[in-house]
Amino acid sequence: MMMTDRQRELLKHRIRAALAWVIACLMFFPILWMILTSFKTELQAIAVPPLFFFEPTIENYVLIEERTDYLRYAWNSVVTSFGGTLLGMLIAIPSAYAMAFNPSRRTKDILLWMLSTKMLPAVGVMMPIYLICQKLGLLDTRVALIVIYALINLPVIMLILFNYFRDIPKEILEASQIDGTSTFNEIVQIVLPLAWGGIASTALLSIVLLWNEAFWSIVLTSADAGTLVALVASFSSPEGLFWAKLSAVSTLACAPIIVFGWVTQKQLVQGLTFGAVK
Amino acid sequence: MANLTLENIFKSYADIEVIHDVTLDIADGELVVFVGPSGCGKSTLLRMIAGLEDITKGKIWIDGRVVNEVAPSKRGVAMVFQTYALYPHMSVYRNMAFGLKQAKTPAKEIDQRVRAAADVLHLTDFLQRSPRALSGGQRQRVAIGRAIVREPEVFLFDEPLSNLDAALRVQTRLEIARLHERLATTMVYVTHDQVEAMTLADRIVVLRDGKIEQQGSPMDLYERPDNSFVAQFIGSPKMNFFLPTVLAKNAPSKFKDFNPEGRVVGIRPEHLRICDGESNLVSAVLERVEQLGEYALVHLLTEDGGEFNVKMDDIPKEPKGTVLHFQAKVEHIHLFDKESGKRIPGP
Repeated sequence: MMMTDRQRELLKHRIRAALAWVIACLMFFPILWMILTSFKTELQAIAVPPLFFFEPTIENYVLIEERTDYLRYAWNSVVTSFGGTLLGMLIAIPSAYAMAFNPSRRTKDILLWMLSTKMLPAVGVMMPIYLICQKLGLLDTRVALIVIYALINLPVIMLILFNYFRDIPKEILEASQIDGTSTFNEIVQIVLPLAWGGIASTALLSIVLLWNEAFWSIVLTSADAGTLVALVASFSSPEGLFWAKLSAVSTLACAPIIVFGWVTQKQLVQGLTFGAVK
Repeated sequence: MANLTLENIFKSYADIEVIHDVTLDIADGELVVFVGPSGCGKSTLLRMIAGLEDITKGKIWIDGRVVNEVAPSKRGVAMVFQTYALYPHMSVYRNMAFGLKQAKTPAKEIDQRVRAAADVLHLTDFLQRSPRALSGGQRQRVAIGRAIVREPEVFLFDEPLSNLDAALRVQTRLEIARLHERLATTMVYVTHDQVEAMTLADRIVVLRDGKIEQQGSPMDLYERPDNSFVAQFIGSPKMNFFLPTVLAKNAPSKFKDFNPEGRVVGIRPEHLRICDGESNLVSAVLERVEQLGEYALVHLLTEDGGEFNVKMDDIPKEPKGTVLHFQAKVEHIHLFDKESGKRIPGP
């Protein structure tokens, strides 16, 4: 049977939609499995074949609530990811401003060099950073984590902000210079309002990245300044692998940031696709 | 109110020199137009006056003071940009008040000055709107208003009409002329459009490749261009050039001591008149007629294949391919050196 162009288009559209659904489900499945497992008993969790239907129990959550101080870990995660983002932004905004509006011949190289530090394996600088924190008495403090978080994210947020700032027409800044703004006022009154959408998306992206950061939070913190990621890690090692409890604590660690991402997804997508759609 | 002097100005980007030794005096209250093809350095020169570009060498004086090291806002200049460069996140009112606020002008005075400027520019009803909600012409008026409220010594216009459509361009041009008359402030206006230059300027400065080719009143430049570049740049449609060899045999008698060697003859399209085959200066084949309503632009081909145009009130009745004869008054015939393009004192 011959199809009209319109029917063919419709079919293509449906195939694409179905494919998107399949991929989305594949990606979501581990999260779903984690949530399901968190409501199983330990025995059900390791059952073969895996159980899809069972009588849910909240005993894992009760146990976690009894044994750990979930709220403190969650609060540490909030403070360090937001704090690291804030500190990073405070450094990145003026730097990206300088690079975008007063570029030198080496600006691109500097940006690339900064970005290249992201390719350095973190474990390579673990010892010096650990020792520095130790000497400064900053081990297991949120301050250490905030500073490190700000610095590890700096190259990425600077690159994104740089691209957003470059979209601001140069004439607008020149007009403000003729109007007599100071550099500070220029950033606060002109650049920030004009790049607000980009700055918000960049901040959100940074918060998500920092929330999920594992290496430094595990290395540098324990009971006092530990984040939710460190809490999850602490469940996996000393007690062997108890899948149901591990799933429950992981669910608790992910839940806030998933909700956060859900609420802010519009801004977040804009941040992730920067430069792609102008 | 101030005069403006450029003294031996040079500008280089890295190793490339783009402005070569420009010296210019602009009198208090004068409207000077910088005109030239793109890349001639006219905008760079304007931006150097504004303080947006460093001066590589030379001095800029505004009101008797060297401003090379003075911040843009302290030079007493206001600039209107081609792209308007309004602050998109501020209302029209705040756009106009922004500069005064930065200068910590009392709120009452700001309000007075903004409202006065809005009144002049017919923007009073739009003060609370955002620039996004305005048409191109209105946006440009806001940009002009933002310049006016600062009560500058010198107004700088960087191709302010280029983004407007033809009808608005004529209207805004008129408004700028009126504004100049009313404020009598020194103005420097950059454009690549010779019509804007001719209609607005007290004095036109023609630039090419970072050098001043000629300066003078619009009619000066039109009637006595210093070289073939200025001759072609000023006037529309542009001046025709002929090699003396295509001129009719009796044509040289029109010139005193005419030596056709190494010369080019320039005649504007509006100065060629149709005539008979006896008194002709140049003859050519009718190739195409463009009817523009008020006049017809006739395209012709000389025997050496050169093209030229004639502005005619009436469409020639002859069919394509007919040979037509033209003459021009002696005072309308310009002579240039073929090599250097320099004007040769007239016939």
